[in-house]
Amino acid sequence: MTRGVWGWITTVDHKRIGILYGVTAFVFLLVGGFEAALIRLQLARPDGAVVSAGTYNELFTMHGTTMVFLAVMPLNAAFFNYIVPLMLGARDVAFPRLNALSYWIFLFGSLFLNASFFVNAAPNAGWFGYANLTAKQFSPGANIDFWVISLQLLGVSSLIAGFNFIVTILNMRAPGMTFMRMPVFVWMTLVTQFLIVLAFPVITVGLILLLFDRFFGTNFYNPGAGGNPLLWQHLFWLFGHPEVYILILPAMGIVSEVLPTFARKPLFGYPVVVYSGMLIGLFGFGVWSHHMFTVGLGAVVDSAFAVGTMLIGIPTGVKIFNWIATLWGGRIRLTTALWFALGFIAMFLMGGLSGIMHASPPVDMQQQDSYFVVAHLHYVLVGGSLFGIFAGLYYWWPKMTGRMLSERAGRWNFWLMFVGFNVTFFPMHFLGLLGMPRRIYTYAGGLGWDLWNLVSTVGVFILALGILVFIGNAVASLRSAAPAPADPWDGRTLEWAVSSPPPEYNFRNIPTVHHRDELWALKAGRAPVEAAPPPPREIHLPPPSFYPIVVAAGVVLAATGALTHLALVVAGALVVVFGAYRWAFEYRSSLGGGLRPPSDASPRGLRGQSPRSSGPR
Amino acid sequence: MTTPHEAVIGSTGLDHRKMGVWAFLGSECMFFGSLIATYLVYKGRSLSGPTPHEILNIPLTSISTFVLLMSSLLMVLALAAVQRGDALGARLWLFGTPFFGMIFLGFQVYEFATFVREGLTLQVNLFGASFFVLTGFHGAHVSVGVVWLLTLWTLALRNRLTRADALIVEIAGLYWHFVDIVWIVIFTLVYLIQ
Repeated sequence: MTRGVWGWITTVDHKRIGILYGVTAFVFLLVGGFEAALIRLQLARPDGAVVSAGTYNELFTMHGTTMVFLAVMPLNAAFFNYIVPLMLGARDVAFPRLNALSYWIFLFGSLFLNASFFVNAAPNAGWFGYANLTAKQFSPGANIDFWVISLQLLGVSSLIAGFNFIVTILNMRAPGMTFMRMPVFVWMTLVTQFLIVLAFPVITVGLILLLFDRFFGTNFYNPGAGGNPLLWQHLFWLFGHPEVYILILPAMGIVSEVLPTFARKPLFGYPVVVYSGMLIGLFGFGVWSHHMFTVGLGAVVDSAFAVGTMLIGIPTGVKIFNWIATLWGGRIRLTTALWFALGFIAMFLMGGLSGIMHASPPVDMQQQDSYFVVAHLHYVLVGGSLFGIFAGLYYWWPKMTGRMLSERAGRWNFWLMFVGFNVTFFPMHFLGLLGMPRRIYTYAGGLGWDLWNLVSTVGVFILALGILVFIGNAVASLRSAAPAPADPWDGRTLEWAVSSPPPEYNFRNIPTVHHRDELWALKAGRAPVEAAPPPPREIHLPPPSFYPIVVAAGVVLAATGALTHLALVVAGALVVVFGAYRWAFEYRSSLGGGLRPPSDASPRGLRGQSPRSSGPR
Repeated sequence: MTTPHEAVIGSTGLDHRKMGVWAFLGSECMFFGSLIATYLVYKGRSLSGPTPHEILNIPLTSISTFVLLMSSLLMVLALAAVQRGDALGARLWLFGTPFFGMIFLGFQVYEFATFVREGLTLQVNLFGASFFVLTGFHGAHVSVGVVWLLTLWTLALRNRLTRADALIVEIAGLYWHFVDIVWIVIFTLVYLIQ
C-alpha cells in the first residue's frame, strides 16, 4: 500500500475513497450546520439583525445546496464505497479509477461552490434556483454562475459514481449471491444509482439552458421573449423529486441492515422491502409536479400528481410495517446504532405523514412556501436521512476504523440529537400553520411567531451539542479505544467476515454465498463449510493512479475559466484530454509511440500475506 | 496487454465496460430526451422569425443524415473486421467511420454558418436557441465519437488492435450507433415534422 499523502491522492482503493468521501462530507455537514445556526440566530427574535437580508439569502441557499449535495449525498456515497463491495464479496468496485475521479470532482466542485464566499458572491437564489430570478437581469453578479457551474460538476461526479456502482452491483456479486440474496443496503444503493443516472441528466439540461441564458444571451427562461420560467421548474423537479429518494433510500437500506442485526431476527418480508424500494424509485419519477401545485397547471394535472404522490405512501408504509415487524419478538440489543434506526423510523414516519398532507393540492396551497414545508422536509432529511446515516456510522465505524465507539457517549449523542432535532423542527409546523413564510430574513413582533422561533433556535444548539458529542466520541475512539473485533455485532452480512478494518484485498478467497444472511448461516452451521481452498499466491489489485486527480483538476480549471478567462477553459480542456488519454492507455503496456505505462503499472502481488489479525474478542 | 483486473467478465456474463457504457447510454437518453422536449415545448412559441420552415434545408440535411447513417454501416464493418482479425479491413473501416462523421460535421458547420447569415442566432428567438443547443450538443457528441474512433484507427495502424481488443471497438460502436439513433429522432422531429 502506498503510504502518505501521495498514497491518498493516487488511491483507487474503494475503502480509502469511502473514508475520503466520509471525512469531506462530514466537514461540509458542519459547514451547512453552521449556516443553519446563523439562520436560526437571525430568526430567534423579531427584527433580528445578526445578518443582512442579502447575506441571509446566501445563507439559506448555501445551506440547502450544501446539505443536499455536499453532505447527505456524499455521506451516503461514503457507505456505498466502503461497504457495498464488502457486502458483495468483491475486492473493489468495477472501475476503481473512475471511483477516484468521482471523489476528486466532488471535492473540487464543493470547494469551487464555497469559494464563492471568498469573492463575496455566494449563490443567493435558493437551492432550487427558480427562473427567472436567476436571469442575468435580476441576478447580475457571479453568484448564480458559481451555483450553476458547481452543480454541473457535482452532477458529473454523481453520474460517474452511478455508472460505476450499477456495474459493480450487477456484475461483481460473489458466486451464489443471487439478486434476492443481496443485502437490502446493496439493493437500495442499486435503486439510488438508477435514480441518479436517470435524474441528473435532466437537471444537467436545465442548468445548460440557464448557463446559455446567462453566458450567451439566449432566452430559454425569459418570458419577455416567449420563454417560460415553468420549464425550469419542470426540469428542476423532474430531477428534484427523484433526488429526494436519492437522499432517503440509502438510509432505508442502512436501517434494514441495522434492525435485523440488533433484533437478532432476519429482516421481516425481505422481498417486499426490496420491491417497495424499487416502487418508490419508480413512482419517484412521476410525482414532480406536486412541488408545483400553486403554479396553476389545472385540476386534472394536479389531481393526477396528487394521486401519484399518495401512492408512494403505500410502499413507504409497507417498509415501515416491515421494520416494526422485524423488531417484533426479537431479542433486542439497544445499541446506539439501533437507537438511531428507531429514531429514523419514528421521525421519518412523521415527515412522511406531513408529506401525505400536502400531497393534497388544496392543503398544499395553504402550506406552500410556509414553515410547515420546512418542518416536513427536515423531518424527512434530518430525522430520516441523517439519523439513518448516524445509524450507519455507529454500525460500521468499527469495521471502517478498527476501533469501537463509546456506547455511553453514543447514547448522549443520540438523545441530544433526537431532542435537539425535535425542539428545532417541531415548532416549525406551528409556525407554518400560523402563516410564517419561508425564506424571509426577519419578521415583525406580535404575529404569534416569537415564542416558537426562539424555541426553534434553542433546539439548534442542543442538536449541535449532539454533533459535538459525536466528534468527541470519534476522536476518543481513534486515539484510545479498544481495537474492534472482526464481528462486534454478531453481523449477518459478508463485511463482518473479514478483519476490522479489512485487508486491502478484502477477501483472501472470494466467498461463495448460500444464504441471504450468509454469515449467520455460517455461524449457525446452516451453510456448508467448504474446505478452504489454498489462498491464492497472488491477488491482483489495481495499481494507484494519479490520472483521476489530473482529469478532475482539468475539469475544475475549465470551470474556473468560465468565470474568469477563456484561456483557462482551453487549458482545462487540454488537461482533461491529456489526462483522459494517459488514463486510457495506462495499462496498455504494449502500446508504442511515447505512451508508456507509469513505472508502477505492474499489478501489485500480495504474495503469501495473511489477513491482519482481527483483534481480541 | 495487461488489465487492472484478473477478469472483467462479471456475474451477469457481461463485461464491466460494456455494461458501464449501456448505463451511460441510458443516462444519455434522459439528456437528449430533455433537450428534445425543450425544443418541442418551444416549437411555434418564438415571438419573431426566422421560423423553421423558412430556414431549414431538408434536401441538404437529408444528404448529411444519409452520410451519418452510412457511417453506422461502416462501424459494423469495422467491428466485424477486428473480430475476424482482418487488419486491412480494420484500418479501412475504422478510418471510414469517423471520416463519414467528419463529413456530417462539415455539413453541420456549413448549415450553422448559413443559418447565422440568414439571421437565425442563439439570441434572436426561441427556435434559434433551442435548435442550436439541441443540434449543437448532438454535434459535440459526434465530435467525441470521431476522436474516439480516430484513436482506435491509430491503434489499428500500429498493429496494436488485435482480435482480443474487439470489445473496445464494440463499445465505441455502441456509442456511435446511439449518437446516430439520436440524430434520426432529431431529424424526424425537427426537420421532417415541422
